Formats: sequence, C-alpha cells, structure tokens
Amino acid sequence: MSQDPELLRRLLRAKDRMDAASHEKWPVQRLARVSGVSEAHFARSFKEAFGVPPHRYLLTRRIERATALLRDTDLAITEIAFQTGWSSLGTFGRTFRDVTGESPGELRSRERAAPREPECVPVCYLSAAYRPDLTIAVSEKRRQQADGTNESEEMEVT
Amino acid sequence: MTQGIGMVGLYVRDQDEALAFYVEKLGFRVHTDVKNGSYRWLTVQHPEQPSFQLGLFSPEQPMLDAGTVQALREVVAKGGMPPLLLAVDDCRAAYDRMRARGVEFTQEPMERFGTVDAGFRDPSGNGWKMIQAQR
Repeated sequence: MSQDPELLRRLLRAKDRMDAASHEKWPVQRLARVSGVSEAHFARSFKEAFGVPPHRYLLTRRIERATALLRDTDLAITEIAFQTGWSSLGTFGRTFRDVTGESPGELRSRERAAPREPECVPVCYLSAAYRPDLTIAVSEKRRQQADGTNESEEMEVT
Repeated sequence: MTQGIGMVGLYVRDQDEALAFYVEKLGFRVHTDVKNGSYRWLTVQHPEQPSFQLGLFSPEQPMLDAGTVQALREVVAKGGMPPLLLAVDDCRAAYDRMRARGVEFTQEPMERFGTVDAGFRDPSGNGWKMIQAQR
C-alpha cells in the first residue's frame, strides 16, 4: 500500500519529535499537530508508515533510553523511571520487564557483569541498535505470558 | 589522493530543493550539475574536502520502474536511508549557524563520550549526525 511521500515526511517529523523528547507526553493530538494532519488520519498513517502505533513507538524509545541509562549511568532506578517519562516506579518496572524480559535491576547487574567498549560507534546509532522490537502490544505480550495483566499501554505513555 | 571513494549519492525528493539546502544552508559547493534529457547529474562538495563528492539524485524513470521510484521516495521520506555523518570543529557554533538558516534539527547539541553531537535532516528526510571532531 503506497503512501504520499509528502505525508510521510511530515509523519517523520512527529517521530523525530518523540525521539528528541521521549520523556514528554505525546498524545495523538500533539503528534497530529506536528504532522499537520487530523488525529484519526495521523494514528492510521503513522502505523502504516512505521509499522507500530505511535504510542507503542514512544514506549520502545522510553525503554531504549532507560536501558541506556541503566547501563551507562549510576542513576537510581527511580530517577531513571522519572527521567524517561514514567510517573510511577511500579509501572516502569512492570512494563520494562514485560518488554525486555528482565527487571531494570537485573538488566543493570547483567550489563555491569559483562562490560563492553562500544564507544567507536556514534552514540545514537548504537542506541537504536538496542531498541526493543515491539511488534505486538505490551498488553498482548502480557496476555501471551500466562501471568500477565491487561492494563492499557496507552495509559503509561501518553 | 588518486585512489579511493570519489562520490557517494543520496536520494532526494527534489534536486533544486536539495541543491539550495546543501549549498545555502550547509555551505557546500556545487561540483557538477549537468542534464541529459530529464536526467540530472548533480554533485556537491564540502569546501574542505575536494576529493569527495556527495551526489544528490532523484529516483526516477526510466532508470527505475514506477513502483521502485515510489518505494524509494517513501523510504527516503520515512528517514529509512542509512546514516550520514558531518564532522565539524565546533558543534554548538555550527548548530547555531545552521539553525538560524532554517535547518531542521532533530537533536540539539549534546555532550557525551568526550565530544558533542547534534542531529538534523535534509528536506527530503535524510538524517545527518553532526559530530565535533576530537582534537
């Protein structure tokens, strides 16, 4: 299904804005304004263009950034949750585990145990390589794991 | 230098628009701008890098079929082309200068790993990382 390149360029602008400030709230209304399209049109077109709904894209960016902060800094996990846009530590920890398969603390311990020297790769491309591949909704992922809950992911990221 | 990479091309949505961007906003120079029918061979150069040309090409027929032209235009507009990297002496100064000229920045200058980097896009959607050269 082909899309108008001019529209895609404007959708990319909304994606760039989420990349630049993933800790901020990005309701569809705000994103649609960046792209200069209606809200309904935005949500549909974004998913078609980038393969995931905008709120789920934002979630992957937040997890990616949290992962980098866990790995590269000594910030407390509460502080990382706050800095990456979550208002509750509990929600952050649960979502992080649902997406990555381990808790923030576990990831930090594992990364510390096996230090790497990745500095020769320009930082942003490196961080993109660690982006979680969320092809399904977190709620769906939770359902697939028998003990999951059915919270709406939209509540966590907008 | 007599051996090495002489030119790498980018796909752009509009060659006139790309030329204006790379010359007027980034300060590159035109190296070659020739037309053969509807085909336009357009390359620019960084003023301090005479051995390298950056080609600004439009995906179009009949070099490519219509479906491929559309697919490439979509990929470029979605920011799906590979990363580009511009080395500068002073990232913050370059950011101020380019921003004043209307360059669309995707990331403000950030200090990390002992250097400063920023991000911007050309009008077509090609993404550049601008990194302060380590001295």
